[in-house]
Amino acid sequence: MTENTAQTDLQLDNFEEKVANDQRIEPKDWMPDAFRKTVLRQMSQHAHSEVIGMQPEGNWITRAPTLYRKVVLLAKIQDEGGHGLYLYSAAETLGCSREEMVQALHDGKAKYASIFNYPSLTWADIGMIGWLVDGAAIVNQVSLQRTSYGPYSRAMIRICKEESFHQRQGYEATMVLARGSAEQKAMAQDALNRWWWPSLMMFGPHDSDSAHSGQSMKWKLKRESNDVLRQRFVDQTVPQAEFIGLKIPDKNLKWNEERGQYDFGTINWDEFMQVVSGNGPCNRQRLQHHIQAQQDGQWVRDAMHAYELKRQTREVA
Amino acid sequence: MNQQALPLFEIFIRSKRGLDHRHVGSLHAEDCEQALEYARDVYLRRSEGVSIWVVCSSDITASQESDVASFYDPMDDKPYRHATHYKLPKEVDNM
Repeated sequence: MTENTAQTDLQLDNFEEKVANDQRIEPKDWMPDAFRKTVLRQMSQHAHSEVIGMQPEGNWITRAPTLYRKVVLLAKIQDEGGHGLYLYSAAETLGCSREEMVQALHDGKAKYASIFNYPSLTWADIGMIGWLVDGAAIVNQVSLQRTSYGPYSRAMIRICKEESFHQRQGYEATMVLARGSAEQKAMAQDALNRWWWPSLMMFGPHDSDSAHSGQSMKWKLKRESNDVLRQRFVDQTVPQAEFIGLKIPDKNLKWNEERGQYDFGTINWDEFMQVVSGNGPCNRQRLQHHIQAQQDGQWVRDAMHAYELKRQTREVA
Repeated sequence: MNQQALPLFEIFIRSKRGLDHRHVGSLHAEDCEQALEYARDVYLRRSEGVSIWVVCSSDITASQESDVASFYDPMDDKPYRHATHYKLPKEVDNM
């Protein structure tokens, strides 16, 4: 055995011991390349999701039904932008630049949560995004507060704290519709019908079919499996829907006394794969919009940079 | 003898893996390396931490509470940024 491999074995033992003892891995620690790659992919995917997720909601800012709903929506979208920033910064601790990550997104090499490839057709969709999409995200993110990569875990803790209002405002907005006129209730039901299944897909493939799950669980990057988290979301959400008289669009949904959990129907994984691979209703639009916004903002960054150069020259003079 | 005061450094300690570095104080040193050693001697005598950051104090740009009211003002009139602002019936309040 060469000295180098002996060194790596020692480092690997050390790394695995930290993980086993529930210690966090910090940026300057030695880590296996595959771990670095995986956590980077996950943080980049998560950051892009926060940013792309602003689009379906942004679609309704100018058409929010009241001034109050409008400021709430603005505050929420502002939070999402901030969450993107936390996550990009966490990813940057591993030496990948923001520009590289954005470029990978534009090139279609980096992914974001596929739920944001669905359109927000009515005002009720904004309620659903808060209640269901953020609700599902929170279930996942609460679990990730204990992820093994330190900067990611700290970003999750901050995000969860801020995110709690997102779900509540979404549910409250939905409750108002569900208790309103027949048309308003029908609009809420229609939105629920369209967002329910994509929300369940947010947790990713079944554990048995999930490409990265096993290794990520072993590294404690993921703390709970896709199916466990999905079940938790279903169990907490069904009573919330019943309470406001909306019907979950799943004829196989049934309380299972023995398990103490809900049984639910089969997810359409073909649809999931279609959306993930770029053929959802809004994939091209979402990416195009991001590229456009990046280009449209270039003059601002150029101007700020030119000003900074001028300021520095003055200081020297 | 050099009468010039040594530069000041701000010291941040990570008390445990997984936690943020937190500001613990400051000290004078010739350079970053020395500041790091001093910080170890001053702030880590009882296993208070696993990692130290030192930052030259003059590199820190700080806002002042009194600076610009508009910097902080908007926080108070936006109660809808807080979860408690949304009143839900008790049956569904554990959200």
